[in-house]
Amino acid sequence: MNESPGAGGPPGPEAQTAPGPQTARGAAADADGTAAAGFRAAWSAMLRTGHGAAVRPGVLNPLIARTAELLHRAAREHPFRPELAGQAGALLIDNQFTDPQLLADAVQLIQRQPVPDDRGPALSGAFAAGWAAALRERTLREQEAIRLAADTARQEVEKALRASEARFRALFESAAIGIGLGDTDGNILAVNRALGEIFGGGPEDMQGVRVDDLVHPEDTPGVWEAYEELISGKREYFQFDKPYYRRDGEVVWTHLTVSLIRDDDGVPLYQVAMLEDVTERYRLQERLRHQATHDPLTGLPNRAAFFERLEKLFEEPEPDARFGLCYVDLDGFKIVNDSLGHDMGDQLLTVVARRLENALSPLGHMVARLGGDEFVVLLENCRGEQEAVAAAKTVLAALTRPVVIGDHRLAVGASVGVLERRVATTTPGAAVRAADLTLYRAKEAGRGRWTLFDPKENARAVSRYAVSVRMPAALDRGEFFIDYQPMVDLASGAMTGVEALVRWRHPQMGVLGPEEFVGVAEETGLIMPLGRWVLEQACEQAADWVAKFGDRAPKVSVNLAVRQARNAGLVGDVERTLRSTGLDPSMLQLEITESTVVGPEDEALKALHALVDMGVSLAVDDFGTGWSNLAYLRDLPVSNLKIAGSFVGDLHDPAKDTHLGWRIVSGLVSLAHTLGLSVTAEGVESRADAERLRLMGCDLAQGWHFGRPVRPAEIARRIADADLEAAPEPGLGHES
Amino acid sequence: MARPNWVPAGTDLDKPNAARVYDYYLGGSHNFEVDRRMARKAIELWPDLPMIMRANRAFLRRATQFAAGEGISRYLDIGSGIPTFGAVHEVAREHRPEARVVYVDMDPVAVAHSRLILADDPLCQVVDADLRNTDDLLARPEVEELLAPGEPVAVILNAVLHFVTDADEPAKILAKLREALPSGSMLILSHASLEGRPDQAGSHQSLYRSTPTPLTMRSREQITAFFDGYDLVEPGVVYLPEWRPDDAGSVGPHPERMTGMAGVGRLS
Repeated sequence: MNESPGAGGPPGPEAQTAPGPQTARGAAADADGTAAAGFRAAWSAMLRTGHGAAVRPGVLNPLIARTAELLHRAAREHPFRPELAGQAGALLIDNQFTDPQLLADAVQLIQRQPVPDDRGPALSGAFAAGWAAALRERTLREQEAIRLAADTARQEVEKALRASEARFRALFESAAIGIGLGDTDGNILAVNRALGEIFGGGPEDMQGVRVDDLVHPEDTPGVWEAYEELISGKREYFQFDKPYYRRDGEVVWTHLTVSLIRDDDGVPLYQVAMLEDVTERYRLQERLRHQATHDPLTGLPNRAAFFERLEKLFEEPEPDARFGLCYVDLDGFKIVNDSLGHDMGDQLLTVVARRLENALSPLGHMVARLGGDEFVVLLENCRGEQEAVAAAKTVLAALTRPVVIGDHRLAVGASVGVLERRVATTTPGAAVRAADLTLYRAKEAGRGRWTLFDPKENARAVSRYAVSVRMPAALDRGEFFIDYQPMVDLASGAMTGVEALVRWRHPQMGVLGPEEFVGVAEETGLIMPLGRWVLEQACEQAADWVAKFGDRAPKVSVNLAVRQARNAGLVGDVERTLRSTGLDPSMLQLEITESTVVGPEDEALKALHALVDMGVSLAVDDFGTGWSNLAYLRDLPVSNLKIAGSFVGDLHDPAKDTHLGWRIVSGLVSLAHTLGLSVTAEGVESRADAERLRLMGCDLAQGWHFGRPVRPAEIARRIADADLEAAPEPGLGHES
Repeated sequence: MARPNWVPAGTDLDKPNAARVYDYYLGGSHNFEVDRRMARKAIELWPDLPMIMRANRAFLRRATQFAAGEGISRYLDIGSGIPTFGAVHEVAREHRPEARVVYVDMDPVAVAHSRLILADDPLCQVVDADLRNTDDLLARPEVEELLAPGEPVAVILNAVLHFVTDADEPAKILAKLREALPSGSMLILSHASLEGRPDQAGSHQSLYRSTPTPLTMRSREQITAFFDGYDLVEPGVVYLPEWRPDDAGSVGPHPERMTGMAGVGRLS
């Protein structure tokens, strides 16, 4: 208690208002007055703490005065009126002094004050009874009030619920989108009118239907997995375009969204499906897709569809996957068209298309019309040349019988170019081009026959038909670009060099590799400007990598054609290029072929020595394929031998002795080492070969196992990735 | 985006309700067994709770007296619960007999109860609205009418913001309220806090998780930030008993045991 009675001080104002008429006089009166003041102070302090702190002073002060007064009178007045104490108790309750602890404290205070004629127990009893009776009344009153409030609130809520239900029923019923509600066991509980209409009936027709009944054979893969995940609570919603059967058996396509509804504890409770009829849109899409991928005249897949399918084969081929192409061109179609009219020509094409389709589709081959009278047969997962040839024979056989159109019996024949390759050895564009050129060989050989692809013939044909004519302008038009193939140090596995490989993006024939045009370039002399261009580009690129990656940048290797190597301006060209690009000569390697130098007195030797003196290194490319005079090899200032890819390739040729093959490779490696040269193996396509080459001491290797020729950005990415792998901890020991 | 005004979930009498639990702490009987069960459990874990609630109620009383003493006669009490004794209009009218109060709560039972006891008071209105749906709250006719004349208004957020989770972005709510207030208005705010008794806060929060109004205790710094845009009235954001006590003795020896923090701000 904070307030203590002021002993000996003047009695408080409350004390002066309280004396009863029967109070004794004199010292006894003084003692009584002091005791009374003490009680009032203690009483006041008790009521001001706890609950009292929350009561506003305008209420609390009169309450304290009034209750103290009542208790005082009950204690002192004669006759004894215990109900006054009861009134004090009730007043406290009226102001929410309901804490039982307060009653205990109050009774103690009342008991402590001196009272006449043993009325103490009766006094505190009456106070407690008054407090308790009032508390009981108050409690009951408040309970009634809160019950009433709860009932009122509930009625309000029910009213609101009814209004809300009416609103939502209207929304559900008249929504333009189909809505269905189901439980997590797959029972459909309610559907709206729009949903009924989508299914070609009314909502009542969906009664008793289960979600699982709504399977359609064309369901997108994954839709039912998503459904299972949803009803088991693993996902919240999913969206698919899904077909359903209508009641009349027709198919309706819908855009379907299903979401899960959980209860307050998160347990899956309902599923809500929203369906939008997208049949029209779907049909239109299908029609557009069909139009985009089919030839309107014959109904066969068109050029776009064929290329799409072909390119898909190349996306992620199995290592040994093979494919075949039969490029078909009708013989004499132009005559039919010109003499009998386009209409007749079109009818002929339609019949031919049907015959080819009927003959080849059952074999699992795709027949497409590329345009005009050109067709193509695609053999996926081809088992070998025989199968492709068999397909070509089937084509010819299908067209043996004359085609009867009206009064005409038209004898149609066809020529077929057949190509059968491992997917990994070519590209879609190159394959089609090669098949087309093979077809022309069939035509030239006298029509009505098939011809099998021949790489040498193909190269010849390429140069004949397209390369030589266009090539001079191509350099000016910027049609050339350079890919880089990684060269890897076998001991460390690090990419230490790249070989620059020139490509030609030919406007009609697609991307051509060097083997398809360098020969022509040498013949025409274009190799000189082209060679200079390649050298400049490669050096510029190499300098760029050095700037970016410092000593992690790869050394660049550039091929020199014979004519280039023997040109008097070579040394000057290289010197100028290195100066203008700022590339350190040690970062450049030039690859020459065995036939570049023909004898010890050869002028070309001087130029090569000058290059080496400059700091550029030299390598002999395709070593082992030409006529190698080992004596000259000794005089050549080269530092690296590149073993031709055919040596490693032959190791997997079933027709050749593998053991002998490895001994040849091993011999070449030790020969090179004897001459003090490092060795690069080309055409390495497997980890096993790489490992064996490493064990026999081969220094460097390149080939598809280590990376195909790629764009320079891809090389940069590889360097950056290698840095990441090599970094011991992120953020540490990394200087750039 | 405004939330739709769904039918309130608070009439579920099987669940304890913050307003009725608070009433029990204060010694009232406007509560049901389910409320008392939860309150008893809370008190068992934290025996100081009734004292803290009384300290909170006492703060509201002192802050309202202060506002009325400063001449404010319009009050917007949001989260008013069950105003059994010491209701804002009673306290304010000691100084300002013309005081008008709009009581706002989202609990339908509390709202129904308030309407029953205030039915005959033309200067008091009861609105059922959700503080988190601030735009809706401010658009209620009773609230608009209170704010319309441009007279200063005291907005009371007494022990209510701790029922607004961080996900509901209390700062945005306060900004909207502030923008709606005329100059000279006041913000009276008290908030459950982690300060003082961090040992108790965790179990208390988990107890409220089973109610429709889970509890988010906040630090003094976070609570002070709610007064952004206001000038804090002395003594700033303090423990409940420390805010302008009636006399020095009534603060008590351990104000930090009253883990709530409170303050009053004025809009210049």
